[in-house]
Amino acid sequence: MYTQGLDQAGKDRRVAAETEELLNAFQKRVDAEEKIEAKDWMPEAYRRTLIRQISQHAHSEIIGMQPEGNWLTRAPSLKRKAILLAKVQDEAGHGLYLYSAAETLGVSRDQMVADLLSGKAKYSSIFNYPTLSWADIGAIGWLVDGAAIMNQIPLCRCSYGPYARAMVRVCKEESFHQRQGFDIMHSLCLGTAAQKAMAQDALDRWWWPSLMMFGPNDSESTHSAQSMAWKIKRFSNDELRQKFVDVTVQQADFLGLSVPDDELRFDDETGHYQFGEINWQELFDVIAGNGPCNKQRLEKRQRAHTDGAWVREAAQAYASKQAARAAA
Amino acid sequence: MSKQEWPLYEVFIRSKAGLSHRHAGSVHAPDDQMALDNARDTYTRRSEGVSLWVVRSDQIIASDPAENSAFFEPAEDKIYRHPTFYDIPDGVENL
Repeated sequence: MYTQGLDQAGKDRRVAAETEELLNAFQKRVDAEEKIEAKDWMPEAYRRTLIRQISQHAHSEIIGMQPEGNWLTRAPSLKRKAILLAKVQDEAGHGLYLYSAAETLGVSRDQMVADLLSGKAKYSSIFNYPTLSWADIGAIGWLVDGAAIMNQIPLCRCSYGPYARAMVRVCKEESFHQRQGFDIMHSLCLGTAAQKAMAQDALDRWWWPSLMMFGPNDSESTHSAQSMAWKIKRFSNDELRQKFVDVTVQQADFLGLSVPDDELRFDDETGHYQFGEINWQELFDVIAGNGPCNKQRLEKRQRAHTDGAWVREAAQAYASKQAARAAA
Repeated sequence: MSKQEWPLYEVFIRSKAGLSHRHAGSVHAPDDQMALDNARDTYTRRSEGVSLWVVRSDQIIASDPAENSAFFEPAEDKIYRHPTFYDIPDGVENL
């Protein structure tokens, strides 16, 4: 679903062998919009930044299955259930595309999985919020996937080839996610007063966390400049957040729902919506592990991994036996 | 954690008959058949392909980008290999 502009301070020091000449030649390629491929020379800090970002993105997809999976058995119709199943399956697929892109940078799948399970690796803060009603599934598709698309479309042009190619695939599928979410919201808004209230309640709870998905304000975002120079990032956190607000407020109007922000107003001069201050403390708390569902999400992931161990072992045993037979 | 990481397979998809297989990404699997199954589930959920190849990544022999200039340069100064190198006199058609 999404990688967040968390900008954790990595140990992005320069490695001794990185001469000025090599670094300049690399930057020149990036500036010329050449794609960097897996075996090409790249600065260690570029590699580390990408590993961090892509694996974080992959983990978000994997954890992102949980809030939605919560409603699989309770979807209101067979059609909705089939759609939600397909969507959750896509999230797993997105995780796998991204893990495979990250692996091209020299990190192993097992290492990334271990980092997620140990709590060392981060994933998007948004998945630490609970899905309390069916309308939340609509709100996630519409808002969370909508915010993700804003962020991910520019990533299709990211300087690192394998990541860019994975994102092309992800974006195509993400578009279905957003539309099915909007479709759920639309149906609820055309329904009874109670159904519409359910949709409004979901918007009230998901609006601000969705805006937080874009990461800290540009003024606070220390690693952004380097990511921009490397063309990993194409737009700043605030630019993307503004784009999202501009398109989404109009969609909320169409649905007849009100965005939970007293300060929201259209600014004729700039042609953009102005919106209120984000509660950054909430974002930092969720990232620090104190969101409503952090513990539950991680425990469930750990349990799934442990409970699935016998399947992996059986598959390995079967493969070894077949290989031994073929050799005999 | 599995004691030993499953090997990595590169996945190639033929999107329709008449076109070449094209690299799509990679999957891990304990054996060839499971690699095919995983590749189908991961890369062709929307009928993206009519044929799949999987090949173990460690079986691919690749050129070294660091040697690119030495490796590919010999072709660069042979522009006469392209039809655009040749001037076609006015009045000559279908050449």
